[in-house]
Amino acid sequence: MKFSESWLREWINPAIGSEELADQLSMAGLEVDGITPVAGSFHGVVVGEVVECGQHPDADKLQVTKVNVGDDELLDIVCGAKNCRLGLKVAVAKVGAVLPGDFKIKKAKLRGQPSMGMLCSLSELGMAEDSDGILELPEAAPVGQDIRQLLQLDDRTIEVDLTPNRADCLGILGLAREVAVLNAMDFQSADYPAVAASHQEQRQITLVAPEACPRYLGRVIRNINPDVSSPLWLVEKLRRCGVRSIDPVVDVTNFVLLELGHPMHAFDLAKLEGDIQVRYAAEAEKLVLLDGEEVTLQTNTLVIADAEKALAMAGIFGGLHSGVTEHSRDIFLESAFFSPDIMAGKARQYGLHTDASHRYERGVDAKLQRTAMERATALLLDIVGGEAGPVVEAVSEAHVPSAQTIELKAAHLHRLLGIEIDGETVQRILQQLGLQVSSLPDGWSVSTPSWRFDLAIAEDLIEEVARVYGYNNIPNEAPQASLTMRQFDESEIAVNRLRQLLVDRGYQEAITYSFVDPKVQGILHPDTEALLLPNPISSDMSAMRLSTWPGLLQTVLYNQNRQQLQLRLFEYGLKFIPDQHAENGVRQVPVVGGILVGGLGQGQWNQDERPYDFFDAKGDVEALLTMTSEASRFDFVPDEHVALHPGQSAAIRLGEQHVGWLGALHPEAERKLGVKGKSFLFELELDALGGRQIAQATELSRYPANRRDLALVVKSNVRFADILAIIKKVGGNQLVDLKLFDVYSGQGVADGFKSLAIALTLQDSARTLEDKDIQLVVDQVVSALKDEFNATLRE
Amino acid sequence: MDLSALLTEATQAIQAADDIPRLEQVRVDFMGKKGRITELLKSLGGMEPEQRKIAGQQINELKQQVQTALNAQRDQLQQAQLAEKLAGECIDVTLPGRRLDAGGLHPVTRTIQRIESFFAELGFSVKHGPEIEDDFHNFDALNIPEHHPARADHDTFYFNPKLMLRTQTSGVQIRTMEVEPPPLRIISPGRVYRNDYDQTHTPMFHQVEGLMVDTDVSFTELKGILHDFLQNFFEQELQVRFRPSFFPFTEPSAEVDVMGKNGKWLEVLGCGMVHPNVLRSVGIDPGKYSGFAFGMGVERLTMLRYGVTDLRAFFENDVRFLKQFR
Repeated sequence: MKFSESWLREWINPAIGSEELADQLSMAGLEVDGITPVAGSFHGVVVGEVVECGQHPDADKLQVTKVNVGDDELLDIVCGAKNCRLGLKVAVAKVGAVLPGDFKIKKAKLRGQPSMGMLCSLSELGMAEDSDGILELPEAAPVGQDIRQLLQLDDRTIEVDLTPNRADCLGILGLAREVAVLNAMDFQSADYPAVAASHQEQRQITLVAPEACPRYLGRVIRNINPDVSSPLWLVEKLRRCGVRSIDPVVDVTNFVLLELGHPMHAFDLAKLEGDIQVRYAAEAEKLVLLDGEEVTLQTNTLVIADAEKALAMAGIFGGLHSGVTEHSRDIFLESAFFSPDIMAGKARQYGLHTDASHRYERGVDAKLQRTAMERATALLLDIVGGEAGPVVEAVSEAHVPSAQTIELKAAHLHRLLGIEIDGETVQRILQQLGLQVSSLPDGWSVSTPSWRFDLAIAEDLIEEVARVYGYNNIPNEAPQASLTMRQFDESEIAVNRLRQLLVDRGYQEAITYSFVDPKVQGILHPDTEALLLPNPISSDMSAMRLSTWPGLLQTVLYNQNRQQLQLRLFEYGLKFIPDQHAENGVRQVPVVGGILVGGLGQGQWNQDERPYDFFDAKGDVEALLTMTSEASRFDFVPDEHVALHPGQSAAIRLGEQHVGWLGALHPEAERKLGVKGKSFLFELELDALGGRQIAQATELSRYPANRRDLALVVKSNVRFADILAIIKKVGGNQLVDLKLFDVYSGQGVADGFKSLAIALTLQDSARTLEDKDIQLVVDQVVSALKDEFNATLRE
Repeated sequence: MDLSALLTEATQAIQAADDIPRLEQVRVDFMGKKGRITELLKSLGGMEPEQRKIAGQQINELKQQVQTALNAQRDQLQQAQLAEKLAGECIDVTLPGRRLDAGGLHPVTRTIQRIESFFAELGFSVKHGPEIEDDFHNFDALNIPEHHPARADHDTFYFNPKLMLRTQTSGVQIRTMEVEPPPLRIISPGRVYRNDYDQTHTPMFHQVEGLMVDTDVSFTELKGILHDFLQNFFEQELQVRFRPSFFPFTEPSAEVDVMGKNGKWLEVLGCGMVHPNVLRSVGIDPGKYSGFAFGMGVERLTMLRYGVTDLRAFFENDVRFLKQFR
């Protein structure tokens, strides 16, 4: 909420400056977002009266005036504003004046006519963005008076960002009450005398839904003068609170809204048919709002209606048909209490948010309706004249919120805050806040005032005490707790360790949005329906990711467009797989995904350049898997994935369980996405990796190990993993290590065949192996491979 | 035989030998099986005992002198040879090494890890939870009923009225309290989402929330732990202030500001004493237990710590930006 500092000071005027006041509010929980002067910086502008006004001889759009500013001589001033006319009181920037933007006023000639100053508009004084014509001052403005003084321009607009619980401060009254507490000053609340009825015309009011509207006050005001416009003081007060002047009736209701924090509404009496009822909207009932939009009301929405139809959306927005216009002569004024429980969320339901709905859904003081009605009536009669009828009040006392009685125990306060605040101080703070306090042996019984409907439990009171006492007067202390040792599960794979491993292997961590472009995702995962955001920031951020790959690939594109061509990236996070059997219909799976693009050795004098290949990525995946236990527990099974090259992709399995994918990006995807160069992708589902296996040490053999190399020739399509499995099976316990140290095809190896060079290391735990033992194992291996794969030994 | 002439001759030959093979030849010539000195020794057999004793002594002396000279020359030649070899193996040590550029953690991760380590020392465990969350865990259990204005403030990404992207990691606290009895000390870092995108807002960002529930947890302790945390995080004595605020899930509530280098207060986190309704919603008796909770924006802290000026840089993942945080 924005408010004028000087308006606040009319109510309560502590002897502190603006900055200090703002600081005080912030530190009391009414956070000040900004302080801005209500006018530009200027001087030398005074009240003048136009005493002569004629057409400029040589310019159609200019007038030549003589202006009395109270000096010995009248000033000749040329003015271009249409509203400049004889007898008008105006703001005159005299020669020597300096206007906002360091604009100095000098003697001038305009089309041959001398001009000894300038008649100013609001925008020229830094009081409006733009303005139509020059500022028209009230007739009573004393000639010669400084404008800053006349309009009290040494004022600031203070914007407070109020939390939802402090609806009581959505008006000058509430703010003033708060400032009084903070400065320990006495405070006089609003007390406006009743305006006597000068006629008896009235509308009966029926509360059809008293739980939603337990109090409704109405009053007929007849014969207002529709030709009067709002006085400058009113326009200025509204402006300084960020509200634009519309017409006197609306301005007065807005004034009351700002002053008392209480919304009001005015209807054109001539448009009302019969009496007033406050009821829920009927099925499919329609209403054209003040902005011209027709809405179909929902039956959960409270309306103000006459005998025939809905007139306004209660507490939210008026209707066009019944609204006050420049022709309205008789009006019906409303001052009502609508229950915040009923109001909550209703404006949003229609995409609306108004000053009234903002207040009603947070709550207004349920006892303030009559004060608001009298205040508005008196102001209206002052400004537009007219005759007030009697106030008709419909009320259902049972539904009006009543004062809460809360017990606060001293021990509770002490325990929660951690300090003892002496009882007198506690009581004084609560009383200053307007609460009725009575002492109990172990604390206080407190009754809340009608404007502090946010206070309901003891903790609320403890906050009030702490807040006024000052959070920063409460000491800092180290938390006390029992030194209980936490459990550490050694088998747990720490994500941070996996991250560090990849970082050490040259990967840069990326964090990409969890929602991705469905088009990109569609290229990579066309067969899975992603969860879509109904209201995304933009369509390219609308699909929940099915893997880390869309984000990583887009990161690659982003960097390739910035000449970053050597990329090793990884990301840790959740992927979101729709699944009817999962909690909330979606599996949220933690994964580590990675991508390699470019190659090794680029631009390095002592390394051969080569592009990355499948086995670079696989090596990194194997390194990750090794963190869990032996990488050999995992199988890389040739398998197809739409995003991956069909001949260079593998599903990663742990037994029967799928744990991830590895492969080259499919050339089609590469083309569609515009990725430069070959890229290799992987992704592992962390929960599927299982726990880390806790090491169980075995004794080392004291006997020598023996290496035997085999050069096997097999058909090209024979998979190494199958060969490995056979060798391990046949090799038994004595085979302690096995390495594939070369794969060769070409000269010396028949077409369609490949040669694998394998080193077997044999060792026994109980004795030295002799040649014949070793040969026996080797022969068995060779023979098994021959049987299984028709493998031969290379000559 | 003139032994001294022989010594001179041998010495000259040794010194003339400028490599190991030549020196070896000299050794063979003089000391080998048929070498001249060996021959002299052999000739002793034909001498009278008296003469033999004297001559033997002289020849042996000669032999030793020659051997010494040989050794000295060999050492010298070997030294020279090594020096030459080493000189030939000289490299430019200023050339760059054969390196694999290390990667780096994302700065947001780095900040989260630092925060985790500070609180781990105080016995806080790290908890994670789902990012697509139901309205009970994201709102209801946190004392934010339907239609509460605080819900509207959250700019939530809804899938449907009951399901949304979490707007805060507080749901993890609820999930933890549902299954673990007090005393509890946890922090929950992670991604959160708000439907807002401009220079100072990204629709996804990170929070770390903390929770401590025990029998007598107090506001002074909340102040103490956060004060220490901020000093540790920024590694300097910072002015810190606690400002009253409002969160539906805490009462009393506060926002915490630190004094920036520009002399302005900067909000860095929100906190408060856990609202009794929140404790009740997970079956903890607020008469017996109390707790504090706090939440901080990781990007904000990272920006302040490392001088990052544009929030959006965190999610563009320009490697030139990321590589600065090693």
